[in-house]
Amino acid sequence: MSETILTVEGLRVGFGRKASPVVALRDVSFALKRGETLALVGESGSGKSVTSLALMGLLPPGGQVMAGRMDFTDRAGTRHDLTALTPTRRRALRGPGLSMIFQEPMSSLNPLFTVGDQIGEMLLLHETLDAKARRRRTIEMLELVEIPGAANRVDTYPHEMSGGMRQRVMIAMAMICNPALLIADEPTTALDVTIQAQILDLMRRLQKDLGMSILFITHDMGVVAEMADEVAVMYAGAVVERAGVLDLFDRPRHPYTRGLLASIPDPDPKPDERLVPIPGSVPPLTMLPKGCAFAPRCPLAEPACERGVSLTEKAPGHFAACIHSEEVA
Amino acid sequence: MSRYLTKRILGMFVVIFLVLSIAFVLVRLAPGDPASLMLGPDATPQEVDDLRARLGLDRPILVQYLTFLANAVQGDLGTSLFFNQPVTQVLAGRAEPSILLALFSLVVALVIATPIGIWAAYRRGTPGDQMSVTTAMLAASVPSFLTGLIFQRYLATDLGWFPVSGYGGPDASFATRLEHLVLPSITLGITNSALILRFTRASMLDILGEDYVRTARAKGMSERRVVLRHALKNAGIPIITVVGLTFALLVSGAVVTERVFNLPGMGNLAVGAVLRRDYPVVQGTLIVVAAIYVLVNLATDLLYLVVDKRVKY
Repeated sequence: MSETILTVEGLRVGFGRKASPVVALRDVSFALKRGETLALVGESGSGKSVTSLALMGLLPPGGQVMAGRMDFTDRAGTRHDLTALTPTRRRALRGPGLSMIFQEPMSSLNPLFTVGDQIGEMLLLHETLDAKARRRRTIEMLELVEIPGAANRVDTYPHEMSGGMRQRVMIAMAMICNPALLIADEPTTALDVTIQAQILDLMRRLQKDLGMSILFITHDMGVVAEMADEVAVMYAGAVVERAGVLDLFDRPRHPYTRGLLASIPDPDPKPDERLVPIPGSVPPLTMLPKGCAFAPRCPLAEPACERGVSLTEKAPGHFAACIHSEEVA
Repeated sequence: MSRYLTKRILGMFVVIFLVLSIAFVLVRLAPGDPASLMLGPDATPQEVDDLRARLGLDRPILVQYLTFLANAVQGDLGTSLFFNQPVTQVLAGRAEPSILLALFSLVVALVIATPIGIWAAYRRGTPGDQMSVTTAMLAASVPSFLTGLIFQRYLATDLGWFPVSGYGGPDASFATRLEHLVLPSITLGITNSALILRFTRASMLDILGEDYVRTARAKGMSERRVVLRHALKNAGIPIITVVGLTFALLVSGAVVTERVFNLPGMGNLAVGAVLRRDYPVVQGTLIVVAAIYVLVNLATDLLYLVVDKRVKY
């Protein structure tokens, strides 16, 4: 079960005019194996969500993939180059191939249709089932995501449910066509901590039962530790470090990753322990510095950083884009 | 729900009562004495006084008011000074062309405006969007008397497809009357399409940016289904509102169109009555229009219930 189902190579995404676009993703590369979870981590504006929308083919108007490949293998074992698919073929993959859940469960469901309607619509779009069978499958799916009284809940509207319930509905909708890849864009950020834990549990269980891969987008290192097999850390539109989760937490090889880890609050702090923030903020995409984009905030920066460095393998399976990776580790 | 309905209907009566009172006061504040106006400049003061007495205009204002209210409750809105007929009868004769004109012109406006509005929102910022919106604005900013005259000249006089004006005379069949409404409805519909187009476009623009539209796309459905099923139903709510209000406005507000096509409608009647100081008819028109407004508002609110389950009364 270690077959790779998603390979992203040198992905470049720009917004605005073709001649002088604002580049939101610079040569993003990563891979995801069947049944595993890859966490995309980074601050707001690092390009996590753009990556996921590019994968789904749902970039907002003005956004385009300028270079790179996105190879996706569906459940039947067919390989698709997502960048080369026609819009119709692409559409057919959304749902049964790769599907997505979003950050805001409160606004991601259509307020005018029942939840059953919205989940069942996936089956209507991608499978040939009659109305009765669709309804039965929908109720089964609601039971699978542990919504109590699923047979009654199927006819309720989103506004009659709590945020956690709605996110369960979103998960049910995303999973009902048994996708090979689930993209979860900060699925628990808008939820209470207790609900957050339940949703993460649910996702892990469904992943194990249904054998799907998850691309998990988050800025929360705690959630990463809980969910991920592999981690890709993004900064200003580029992947700056990629490694297995234990390796990454143990031996971060990029100063940005180290900064992220240092800024997690210690649940049991010593009396005079202080949070260590990363100074400054992510530069706007139109004003990126020459070379390493993190250099202006980096404690280890030196003139050589202006030449920039690409992601290279520093240890088996551990990639970092930093000339100081040895000192960091 | 039934409590809500009871409350709303009681509220309607309060509004109508207020309108009755305001109508009564307003009309009496206006300068000019109807009796001397009706009799003309040659009348003797004696004749004027006699007529005033017959019309009850010499009695104290409070008595006039109470009499007016008591009669109104019994469905008697007085007698037209000009037509010498009960006001209700005068109004009843004028209601049909006005209501039908308002209805048909709205249908015309919706047929023109909704598809263009949806398309323009979907293609926002493109030359197509700008062109369609500009064209619609241009068409709507041509005054309806001009559009009407152009239609009369070419479609009615030259081609003879439709009657030029009027409502077919007193014995016209329903089909003939409808025929007389075609050109006025298109004329008025074009004028009103601009407002509905703007509303549709704005409302669609809002909705197309919503998270659930992105969710719909993520489900792998066609753009057509995204727009027409998931977005339009949500965008429809503000459109219903503006259509309802426009309808109420049109019933009495289509004066220019009614004039151009010489339709015996309420707008025409109201303007004539004001100029002739035909108090009872002016009051009657006000009351009927207010009643239509209130009813349409209620209907709109009830329609929300059907469309949007979040709305609870």
